[in-house]
Amino acid sequence: MRRKKHTLLWNIAFVLVIIGIGFFIYKASLRINYSWNWRAVPSYLVYKAEDEIDAPAPGIVEGYKDGELILKTEKNKILHIKVEHPILKKGAVVNEGDELGYNTHYKAGPLLVGLYMTIKVSLVSIVMALIIGLFTGLMRISENPLFKNLSTVYIELVRGTPLLVQIFIVYFFIGTLFSMTRFIAGAFALAVFEGAYIAEIIRAGIQSIPRGQTEAALALGMNYFQIMRYIIIPQAFKRVLPALAGQFISLIKDSSLLSIISLTELTKAGREVVASTFSPFEVWFTVAALYFIVTYSLSLFDRYLERRLAGDE
Amino acid sequence: MSDSSENIIVAENVSKTFPNGVKALRDVSLDVKKGEVVVIIGASGSGKTTFLRTINQLETVDSGKIIVEGVDVTDPKTNLTKIRADIGMVFQHFNVFPHLTVLENVMLAQILVRKRKKEEAERIAMEFLTKVGIADKKDEYPTNLSGGQKQRVAIARALAMHPKIMLFDEATSALDPEMVGGILDIMKQLAKEGITMVVVTHEMGFAREAADRIVYMDSGKIVEMGTPDEIFNNPKTDRLKQFLSQIL
Ligand SMILES: Nc1ncnc2c1ncn2[C@@H]1O[C@H](COP(=O)(O)OP(=O)(O)O)[C@@H](O)[C@H]1O
Ligand SMILES: [Mg+2]
Repeated sequence: MRRKKHTLLWNIAFVLVIIGIGFFIYKASLRINYSWNWRAVPSYLVYKAEDEIDAPAPGIVEGYKDGELILKTEKNKILHIKVEHPILKKGAVVNEGDELGYNTHYKAGPLLVGLYMTIKVSLVSIVMALIIGLFTGLMRISENPLFKNLSTVYIELVRGTPLLVQIFIVYFFIGTLFSMTRFIAGAFALAVFEGAYIAEIIRAGIQSIPRGQTEAALALGMNYFQIMRYIIIPQAFKRVLPALAGQFISLIKDSSLLSIISLTELTKAGREVVASTFSPFEVWFTVAALYFIVTYSLSLFDRYLERRLAGDE
Repeated sequence: MSDSSENIIVAENVSKTFPNGVKALRDVSLDVKKGEVVVIIGASGSGKTTFLRTINQLETVDSGKIIVEGVDVTDPKTNLTKIRADIGMVFQHFNVFPHLTVLENVMLAQILVRKRKKEEAERIAMEFLTKVGIADKKDEYPTNLSGGQKQRVAIARALAMHPKIMLFDEATSALDPEMVGGILDIMKQLAKEGITMVVVTHEMGFAREAADRIVYMDSGKIVEMGTPDEIFNNPKTDRLKQFLSQIL
């Protein structure tokens, strides 16, 4: 009972601290004369686009019915045209191509388009990084010196140089060499980088599986590929799932560096929106929130998977 | 056995030194006849496990030769997966696959190695799970099983491959005392059915009852070999006498 009360107290303290920090930010912004303008932010996510509707043929506006404009053409044909916001009066004479009015529909704003690109490039990159990581991880524990040394060199080089520099090298050198698109070059650069970390995660995972598992499988007549595929990797995967999820989250965050090669992902979109508005605070907070939604969803999914896989161990 | 003169395992002058310098096997030679039950006894560290593991080449040899079913398994050109499928092995620590159910444990290698259809593999798996008395646990994961039950799964997994030879490496040593009898009964039953068995064990009761021949190893060597009667009632070497006096 007493313990419960303390927990409640500390939770209240937590909420107060959060409110305090928010208040501090607000106060600080007042001191630099920042005028908050949150109202503009939703339109960077979605906005109402207007489509101009033009007359398909010359004629006279007969009237309106059920949101449709009735146009009588010079050839005495009656046309029904959907126009949500008409600008012409009944009886107006129009030529072909004259504006009749406009319709509206919702369209993704620049930040949402950028978020979509971030998710897309991250997904492609995650798949590539998993493949690279799996193979180099297996090479690293192989007894063949060629494979072993190749993967060691790769892992050390990647881990010893900054991602930003790697992105430049992949984009300007490898990308040009193989005429890769910005998207592919970006996804590949990220995959090469994260793949080295995934390789180490996978190596550790595989080595954590007791030797007896391999021996039992060998004794049953299974070959190397079958043992990896059916015995070791399924068990190792479960063990490294949290580490892998963490690496994927890093990858999503690191994808913001791709803005440097002009890939219009979320961060680049954020910079563009900031450049054309006067709301840097709101925009960057929004961008941060969008990243967080993606990474937090991934971490929830990981927890769900872990719980589901926990059954058999 | 009508064909009892045929040697299914021939080990000739097998020696093995581990990278750390331990001489685990020194010039070990042993023939095992088809259908024979050979029990290897000896103090801990005498090389019993190492010798057993050279038969299916989980352990390589430095010199000497091992012929299994006419195939030289110590020849680097030999396709080991094929011959290993014919040699069942039961380990001290079971080594069941924790990510697979009991049934899947027994089915997997049948499908992958024996190329059996799923239905056939399941039928055979159930046959052997029933035989070792654990059919009712077929959908459990190994983590929910006791040591004795895990070892039953491991035995069924090996038997389902229809091996010609079964190797047992201290199959009861990691079990709680009340589980030992059940596993030994299964092993005795198998011995009666005529499958070739090489058994490393400290269970002298089993050796006395089930063995056709007992091999006594010490410091990587076969010191003495004979029928249970010869070994237990008429030990020749002082080392065996001393060993028996310590464990009996
Ligand atoms: N993988 C290994 N590496 C180094 N030494 C080993 C290894 N396996 C066994 N040995 C050593 O070889 C000797 C024989 O071991 P083992 O065959 O396991 O004996 P037993 O099964 O009779 O107890 C022991 O001294 C043991 O320490
Ligand atoms: Mg041993």
